[in-house]
Amino acid sequence: MSGGLRKDLRTAAIAILAMTVVLGLLYPLAITGISQVVFPGSANGSKVSVDGKVVGSHLIGQEFEGKAWFHSRPSATGYSGNVTFFGNAGPNSAELREEIREEIAAYLKVNKPYDRSLTRADVPVDAVTQSASGVDPDISEANAEIQAHRVAAVRHLPLAKVEDLISQNTDSRSLGVLGEPGVNVLELNIALDQEAPLK
Amino acid sequence: MLQGYLQIAIFVVVLVALVKPVGIYLARVFGNERVFLSPALGPIERGAYRLLRVRPEAEGQDWKQYARSLIVFSLLFWVLLYLILRTQGIQPFNPQGFHSGPWDLSFNTTSSFITNTNWQYYGGETTLTYFAQMAGLAVQNFVSAAVGIAVLAALIRGIVSRSGASLGNFWQDMVRIILYVLLPISVVGALFLVSQGVIQNLSHSTVIHTLTGGTQILGQGPVASQEVIKELGTNGGGFFNVNSSFPFENPSGLTNFFEMLLILVIPAGLTYTYGRMVGSQRQGWTIFAAMFALFIAGVVVVYMAEQHGSVAQHAAGLNTHAFHGSTGGNMEGKDQRYGIANTSLWTAITTVTSCGAVNGAFESLTGIGGTVPFANLGLGEVVFGGVGTGLYSMLLYVILAVFIGGLMVGRTPEYLGKKIGAREIKLVSLGVLFTPLATLLSAGAASATELGKRSLYAGITPTGFSENLYAYLSQANNNGSAWAGYTGFVQPHAPGNVGAYGITFADLLGGFVMVTARYAPILFVLAVAGAMAGKKVSPAGLGTMRTDNPTFAFLLVGIVILVGALTFFPAILLGPVSNGLSGSVFR
Repeated sequence: MSGGLRKDLRTAAIAILAMTVVLGLLYPLAITGISQVVFPGSANGSKVSVDGKVVGSHLIGQEFEGKAWFHSRPSATGYSGNVTFFGNAGPNSAELREEIREEIAAYLKVNKPYDRSLTRADVPVDAVTQSASGVDPDISEANAEIQAHRVAAVRHLPLAKVEDLISQNTDSRSLGVLGEPGVNVLELNIALDQEAPLK
Repeated sequence: MLQGYLQIAIFVVVLVALVKPVGIYLARVFGNERVFLSPALGPIERGAYRLLRVRPEAEGQDWKQYARSLIVFSLLFWVLLYLILRTQGIQPFNPQGFHSGPWDLSFNTTSSFITNTNWQYYGGETTLTYFAQMAGLAVQNFVSAAVGIAVLAALIRGIVSRSGASLGNFWQDMVRIILYVLLPISVVGALFLVSQGVIQNLSHSTVIHTLTGGTQILGQGPVASQEVIKELGTNGGGFFNVNSSFPFENPSGLTNFFEMLLILVIPAGLTYTYGRMVGSQRQGWTIFAAMFALFIAGVVVVYMAEQHGSVAQHAAGLNTHAFHGSTGGNMEGKDQRYGIANTSLWTAITTVTSCGAVNGAFESLTGIGGTVPFANLGLGEVVFGGVGTGLYSMLLYVILAVFIGGLMVGRTPEYLGKKIGAREIKLVSLGVLFTPLATLLSAGAASATELGKRSLYAGITPTGFSENLYAYLSQANNNGSAWAGYTGFVQPHAPGNVGAYGITFADLLGGFVMVTARYAPILFVLAVAGAMAGKKVSPAGLGTMRTDNPTFAFLLVGIVILVGALTFFPAILLGPVSNGLSGSVFR
């Protein structure tokens, strides 16, 4: 073995251990320590509580069924927060065509009785397509507006009141310009349930 | 769409504004000059040299010595990472109690992270301990990025050097790039991300009783510290399986903007660094202009295609037009908070660079939108490209363009005053052609045999063909994004590795492709640097073909498209383009 190679082996051996310790342990543990002190809420998942009981995370969508709730976007993962994957439906998939047809029909079936003017052309894309994360916390404003009619009727609330709650629980674009506005479904449903609890 | 274009424009303006300051800073780091962090970090730098027992100022390396240090270092790190992935059962920071996954998957994952690819057959949150993520994978996010940048620094020194064979010192480059560039930005960036909602803890996953009485389990872990370097080092390996679409990795429009900027800031800044080091900013801006033109073209195509919606959506009667309160467009596999514009922009960014992190599902892109990632990878990751790797690969194309341009006008090819000889051109051609060859051979082997069929999700359709082609295109180009239906790992009882097994063919073939297509070009590039170093510089005259004007930028774009895209044109036609041009749905 040449002297140069032996020297490289020794240097490399020290380097990989030192880098593993510094970049692999000191760095992430220091960031963890600082985050836990300075940003404990967000570092641990931006959890949301009702009456002192954690019911979810502001950032993670969950499943809502039944007419009294705003519904989240369709999910490929059953809204899993710990086993994630993409739906991977291709753009020309016959299966996807059928799924979207069914989603549109189901959306109209549950919402149209409360808003007779609703047609297929009014169905917002986000309401019938699977999100990327499977836990999209948001729905579009158009989607929330449509569901508001149903939720208001079922909970015996004035439509204007429900629309207020929607605007209060809409995350607008960051800095007014970045991203898209989204209505946070969990926060909206919490606010709704406090306004008019289900019996 | 106007609002979307406005966001894209804002991004571009901020990026261009950062090119010069970042470029100057990186040039000072490469030149072993003092930077503003030197008073604080200088003692650590000197301590690192003592620990490594190197005396960088006295130990300039020629290209063979530089390459040997790099290969030995990478080889030892490969072994260490493989061991870490194989010993999960005895590791600390393992609240979920995960054991190791199968050996063939570990082979693929190790090769993937050593080579800056971050191709992922596994799902991070369901298979890996926090220890393996932190001390195994995230370390490589720093190290493999620094290796790419170091090779570029060595190549530039070779191009510039007028005497002697030294390309610098590999160990010094690694220490300085990590200490002065990657680590400081990561510390600040990670804390910013946590403040915006990215998680950073060592807790067990949290069981939640939801508002309507259901149960939901939230994955936890040290995410922010990995997220920031995953973007900054153009690595791309997600802590979570759905990568930067998961809200705990990328919670808002602002974090999305920040993460996109992290991906491009070093590759874009390096063009300025290059101009500064060769003594002519115009040289750097010319390369930047060629990259920028190719980048913007991709952004516009993918955005328009995604805004249009997909064949399946139209066949189902879905109205994909935008209207008040709805973005419209193909929202399949996209999250609301980014919308069509930001998912499209991210898609272009992550595929022109060799990052590969995604904030939406590539397999659900429209046919024409999906053509853009294919084309970007087919160009060979030279449009900004990976940190360091992008510019050193582009410089091979620059030399090729000088040679072809010189032949066309009947002049001796010269670059920056140095004659381009037969040896340089042979090495450049090998460097340029190796990755396409690796891609086509492996994708061909996988699609022509039964062995590759097991990995398909979409079956024998254009989408299935796309899955297979993209898998090897992505691995050979060290990108790491995926048509994610394609798999080399089956995990029946997620979370955890109980009963999980790898698809050996896909795992091993992919692993070999990643390693060879990373290190063979690196060796060719260092050999080019060695051949250029110490060459006599002849003064530019009237007969010299200029390489710092729009004509040359245009020639460069042409050569890149000619060599890169045409190599893959027939294959890409069979995949996403077929999807895009066909109005029908398949099986």
